[in-house]
Amino acid sequence: MSDANELLQLVPKAEGKQSMKDFKSDQEVRWCPGCGDYAVLAAVQGFMPELGLAKENIAFVSGIGCSSRFPYYMNTYGMHSIHGRAPSIATGLATSRRDLSVWVVTGDGDALSIGGNHLIHALRRNVNLKILLFNNRIYGLTKGQYSPTSELGKITKSTPMGSLDAPFNPVSLALGAEASFVARTVDSDRKHLTSVLRAAADHPGTALVEIYQNCNIFNDGAFEVLKDKEKAQEAVIRLEHGRPILFGTDDSKGVVRDPLTGDLEVVAVTEENRSRILVHDAHNPSPTTAFALSRLADADTLHHTPIGVLRSVERPVYDRLMSDQLDAAVEQRGKGDLAGLLAGNDTWTVVG
Amino acid sequence: MTSQVSSPAGKTDEADEALVGEQRVPQLGSAGATAKEIRRLDRVIIRFAGDSGDGMQLTGDRFTSETASFGNDLSTLPNFPAEIRAPAGTLPGVSSFQLHFADHDILTPGDSPNVLVAMNPAALKANIGDVPRGADIIVNTDEFTKRPMAKVGYETSPLEDGSLDAYNVHPVPLTTLTIEALKEFGLSRKEAERSKNMFALGLLSWMYNRPTDGTEKFLRSKFAKKPAIAEANVAAFRAGWNFGETTEDFAVSYEVAPASEAFPTGTYRNISGNLALSYGLIAAARQADLPLYLGSYPITPASDILHELSRHKNFGVRTFQAEDEIAGIGAALGAAFGGSLAVTTTSGPGVALKSETIGLAVSLELPLLIIDIQRGGPSTGLPTKTEQADLLQAMYGRNGEAPVPVVAPRTPADCFDATLDAARIALTYRTPVFLLSDGYLANGSEPWRIPEVDGLPDLRTRFATGPNHQLADGTEVFWPYKRDPETLARPWAVPGTPGLEHRIGGIEKQDGTGNISYDPANHDFMVRTRQAKIDGIAVPDLEVDDPADARTLVLGWGSTYGPVTAAVRRLRAAGETIAQAHLRHLNPFPANLGEVLARYDKVVVPEMNLGQLATLLRARYLVDVQSFNQVNGMPFKAEQLATALKEAIDV
Repeated sequence: MSDANELLQLVPKAEGKQSMKDFKSDQEVRWCPGCGDYAVLAAVQGFMPELGLAKENIAFVSGIGCSSRFPYYMNTYGMHSIHGRAPSIATGLATSRRDLSVWVVTGDGDALSIGGNHLIHALRRNVNLKILLFNNRIYGLTKGQYSPTSELGKITKSTPMGSLDAPFNPVSLALGAEASFVARTVDSDRKHLTSVLRAAADHPGTALVEIYQNCNIFNDGAFEVLKDKEKAQEAVIRLEHGRPILFGTDDSKGVVRDPLTGDLEVVAVTEENRSRILVHDAHNPSPTTAFALSRLADADTLHHTPIGVLRSVERPVYDRLMSDQLDAAVEQRGKGDLAGLLAGNDTWTVVG
Repeated sequence: MTSQVSSPAGKTDEADEALVGEQRVPQLGSAGATAKEIRRLDRVIIRFAGDSGDGMQLTGDRFTSETASFGNDLSTLPNFPAEIRAPAGTLPGVSSFQLHFADHDILTPGDSPNVLVAMNPAALKANIGDVPRGADIIVNTDEFTKRPMAKVGYETSPLEDGSLDAYNVHPVPLTTLTIEALKEFGLSRKEAERSKNMFALGLLSWMYNRPTDGTEKFLRSKFAKKPAIAEANVAAFRAGWNFGETTEDFAVSYEVAPASEAFPTGTYRNISGNLALSYGLIAAARQADLPLYLGSYPITPASDILHELSRHKNFGVRTFQAEDEIAGIGAALGAAFGGSLAVTTTSGPGVALKSETIGLAVSLELPLLIIDIQRGGPSTGLPTKTEQADLLQAMYGRNGEAPVPVVAPRTPADCFDATLDAARIALTYRTPVFLLSDGYLANGSEPWRIPEVDGLPDLRTRFATGPNHQLADGTEVFWPYKRDPETLARPWAVPGTPGLEHRIGGIEKQDGTGNISYDPANHDFMVRTRQAKIDGIAVPDLEVDDPADARTLVLGWGSTYGPVTAAVRRLRAAGETIAQAHLRHLNPFPANLGEVLARYDKVVVPEMNLGQLATLLRARYLVDVQSFNQVNGMPFKAEQLATALKEAIDV
């Protein structure tokens, strides 16, 4: 049995059929009207019944920020914690309770700025967590400062003359942090979003899903180029495992490897180069090509932004290893005997 | 020192330094030409001192084990630099281990050593100031050459210039003798030399008639994979013993009889504070019938708890070494949400980093143990030295009104009981709890009467299993913040329980439902309710030891118990009257504390900080307590405390 199946089977199944309604809490959703978060919430609530897991065995843990209000709206167990720390709290929950499906909801500020350390370590450990990173490239809850994914030169309240720091590419960062599953999707594309959630849920270990999400108040239209039907043709590269990486009107463009540098480049597809078009392999043990794909996007224009599952490989899952050690310890030494432990090997007796 | 100490009437104990070394029952050793005189002592303080690389801590540990299995009461004080290997032969690189053992109940590792073992000039120089005249000093003469002496500023050899005339110096070429003893082992000079600490241990073991089987067994198991090294160490150990027995320089050996009368009937072992604390955690989890989860980040002097718990996975203990202090407590809090007995271990700087998460735990009202092994501060401070200066940080070091109970163990062995008590409070009241140990308790050790497992407290708590509230329309619902009317604890509903799905967070919650609420009156109510819950925690009344209607009370907390009690015994032996009480619960205080304070004309509070408990007492009870403070990274000395208390009595 593969690791994936085994891990999912630890979470009890729901009795009876579930619907989207089962996952809606009684709390009024309080994001700004038009916020991209609504679409993601609807997609997640709509997708959950498909998993068929007992909803009492699902937990959503979030940090601080607009997106981190998410758990309040899910009728599962949930914790709205503190800024940046959701991955660490979720790690404690997931590693102590393997019968739970644990989801982290975070944003670009929460995950990549104040919580950057926890994110990279969760990824490298490969704890069984599904991390949904809502990236709107701005600080929303604090009213519009630039974020670690904002483009260089971004003019905001805290950077009236433009921001000075180069942004993170969250997918590149995750790949560098040894992530075993990295995907990117867009809030407005429910079908794609759901397909990525499905793949993430099936993945044993930490899954990072970057969701481009529109903040219509402080950074409206940040991803318009990826959403506008016309423009998206040229801007978005949809990755599908086992399929040639083609995009543009009538798949007129493709991605090839430059034989001299090994790097990837976008070319107009011709009869000569058609055979050189890269076939996407999300399961490639080496992250090199996935990283190169993540670098195709232009940070300013977002042209050539790959979406879909960039990497999905199996490697040992932390919580399972931890559990195995506990079992091995019992096997080797027997179940712990407290009286024996307290006494130790070196005692003496005082008689009255 | 035993954790069950009460002061036996009429016992002078540590009342008079002059008693030390006094010959009580001279007797001859067994027959034979080499038989030497054996004298009986009631107690001895030995200090092993050497370079960080000389293995002094191991030597001290072994002597302690021998002494514990012999049945003496004992108390230890390891003292080492923060640097793993400071430059060899320098004063900052000196590492020492002091051991006090006796035929009766003792309370401290002793003020000043009767015997100093100095492995090099730096060790002599760094420690001579603590050694009273007339004491024995064993020096490794091989190291008293020009360069090592110059390194620490000895222009002439202290062994020859008369500066040690007031002491009973035993010059022993420890290195040469060890190499000589091991010459048949085919070791390099450097390898052989490393066994010189075992030679010294053998010599001291002979001097004080310690049992040796334990050490030989220990060496063979420690070096099980290198039998040649094991046998070399055993040979060095035996050579040291034989050297004592044969050489004329050591004319007398000593006996310190087992302290059988000091101990209640039972089976005993020696235990350090961090070990007792680790065992307390495992025991608490068993008594609560919950899995134990430790989220931690390495930090001196708390790391040993992480190490120890990592060794006991067969008890179902999960240990998670996090990426930082914040993630350590974060993971613990996540595990608490999931229904584990969750713990984070750290020291002062780590507490500072964890503060925000502690605040979240206060708001979530989940059980969580925060173990702070205090060390010298501020900032990095003195990582390997002791201090009690995190009390106010534990009390108040968070944003908003975020009360957290505080429990402090008093002796190394007491760390076990204090941990169980902290777990009781956390589980019963669904709250984070601070356990404030310190470097002195963590590394110090003493005999411990091993408790009967069946007699440990029942810590089982109930998870919520169903709805706990009926709405006006008759619907049964689960309210995560509906409280137990007696304890004010909220229900602990763990994920996996059907029908109790709920969301909690750091935003203010509506009373009962737990839903987000910004209502002013609700916030006021919730702040006061969280405070009332902590104020209402059941803690036992403070017991006062006051046999003679004293006018002065000395009130301590935490690890000062040993030195304070020893000082009180000295004073009483000298005819003074003084009352003593010791706080385990710093938050909430025992209900009778105000009344106790009011009973005395004078209250003296000795602390290893600048008066943090005194500040709390003054604010809370409007009592003019007098502080006696020491922040030199070392525990109080009994003599110095006795002097200060005497002054307070006399004023």
